[in-house]
Amino acid sequence: MDHENAAIGGRFLQGQNALVTGGSQGLGRALGGALAAAGARVVLVARHFDPLAAAVAEIRAGGGQAHAVVADLADKDAAAAIAGQAAALVGPIDLLINNASTLGPVPLRLLLDTDCEDLERALAVNLVGAFRLTKALAGPMVLRGAGTIVNVSSDAATEAYERWGAYAASKAALEQLGRVWAAELAGTGVRLFTVDPGEMDTKMHADAIPDADRAELSDPGRVAERIVELLAGSDTASGARVAIRVGPAQASAAQAVTR
Amino acid sequence: MRPAHGYPDRRDDVRLLVIDPAAPEGAGLRETRTPALPVLLAPGDLLVVNDAATLPASLRGTDEAGRPVEARLLAARGGWRVEAGSPPPTRFVAVLFGAGDWHTRTEDRPPPPELAEGARLRFGALAATVGRQATLSPRLVELRFDDDGDALWAALYKEGRPVQYAHLAHDLPLWAVQTVYATRPWAFEMPSAGRPLSWEILLALRRRGVRWASLTHAAGLSATGDPAIDAALPLPEAFEIPPATARAVAETRAHDGRVVAVGTTVVRALEGAAQQHGGAIRAGRGETDLRITPAFRPRVVDGILSGAHAAHESHFQLLAAFAGSDLLAAAAAHAERAGFLTHELGDSMLVLPGALAPAHRKATSVG
Repeated sequence: MDHENAAIGGRFLQGQNALVTGGSQGLGRALGGALAAAGARVVLVARHFDPLAAAVAEIRAGGGQAHAVVADLADKDAAAAIAGQAAALVGPIDLLINNASTLGPVPLRLLLDTDCEDLERALAVNLVGAFRLTKALAGPMVLRGAGTIVNVSSDAATEAYERWGAYAASKAALEQLGRVWAAELAGTGVRLFTVDPGEMDTKMHADAIPDADRAELSDPGRVAERIVELLAGSDTASGARVAIRVGPAQASAAQAVTR
Repeated sequence: MRPAHGYPDRRDDVRLLVIDPAAPEGAGLRETRTPALPVLLAPGDLLVVNDAATLPASLRGTDEAGRPVEARLLAARGGWRVEAGSPPPTRFVAVLFGAGDWHTRTEDRPPPPELAEGARLRFGALAATVGRQATLSPRLVELRFDDDGDALWAALYKEGRPVQYAHLAHDLPLWAVQTVYATRPWAFEMPSAGRPLSWEILLALRRRGVRWASLTHAAGLSATGDPAIDAALPLPEAFEIPPATARAVAETRAHDGRVVAVGTTVVRALEGAAQQHGGAIRAGRGETDLRITPAFRPRVVDGILSGAHAAHESHFQLLAAFAGSDLLAAAAAHAERAGFLTHELGDSMLVLPGALAPAHRKATSVG
């Protein structure tokens, strides 16, 4: 994975602490690498230790600073434990990326066939889990007068894709919650962005659409770099929804050339 | 007065007894509720909070012979220099208890098994070695955990519970013992004076022109049930004052604003720091063994927001550093009559000169 951030002028996150949920695979893992490459001390959160430890080892091998916290965001006690462990390991968190989410059971099902419990689980992780962790970490940010929160959403939040109902509803709710967070945090020094990363070549995407043409999907590493670029800038207003479309590997290479 | 047995419906709406030591005689007490806090402070005042998050400091396990032991951590050894790149501590000072749990009052708990230096304890996934015992009590020991870094902190949060209280109806989960601004996990019990502060109240204070600032103070245990240890509490506690807070204190004092401490931990940190630097507040880390007694004369702190306490409690007696004994006696009588709730989840008291009579901003004398 390429963690170079030449486009944004190097290690602008030096001395900052970032926490990424869903950090053991896909976009979260790529974000961990990109944030560490930009100089941040990174805390990755995920449910299972082994893939998380591998993600942390990868960052450390590249000279970055990373720590692992195992937790299930659906657990009501998790937010305070994550916040406490993270602050013990790196200090106060400056940047929270709510990236973890669950699709629910795959293959995805029509709403008529979706169990209520599966909708509840999607809301518990993707919406309520992110809310609890934001509550636990945004308070300290407001106290210090600075901080950034990124909620990772999906185009499923705005488009009516058949069989994506539970996930889509959780992401739409997360986006609206983000708008209200941003309104309430105005003037506190704490920013919140919603990012729609587009269709990426990740395990989650393969679970949802096993027969997708991977050549058509974005590389999560490239998407992560775009998100880090967004954080480096100050021209995006808090509360904004940013759709990132890096496109297939071939197209993004072309884009890089013509920039 | 009796302890609160559970959480209030809203954390930021409890009774508040305002005690104004600068008010004319007979006008120094008023009962209100915590949502009134923003109008009791004035533009230019500074509210200083302790941003320490509460650790899951109670660990239950066994010694090598399988005998039950509870360890309550009360201080970290070696300090916290995480931001400077040092790993978090692996050695702690702990008080040991024997069989039973928090449902039994600490003073009624059986003592721990006799453990020599080097004895091994296991708390689920956490293993530790008993280090040096204090001369104060053999139950006060150093604990060295086998793990460090990510593994230690994962195990501590998995196996540990917040210190619990026998006067409560239910045990408290970790999220219930945090203030809304809890940041670094330095506190072994909740810095509970700040529990009624919601963001509604904090942002209203700011809109009014009251500034806030934070420091981190490693609040230890409030009581252990061991008379020798309890007589020595609080033990020396670590604190850190950020540069922005040191500046805010200096600016507030220069402009005749009042410095209001949220809780005794903030008083100890600020006054302890002032004592070490000739009355000035410097940014940085330190440790203080300062004990706030009725004879203590604060140099930096003008007022204090505190939990409600009964007249015989040491926490109430330290309010005498901020208000005269007649006024405090009247305050205690009022709280008793009105049925104020005490302890961690109870009602609040604000001692602040000028809170009720703004014309008299500074207390000219106390005692």
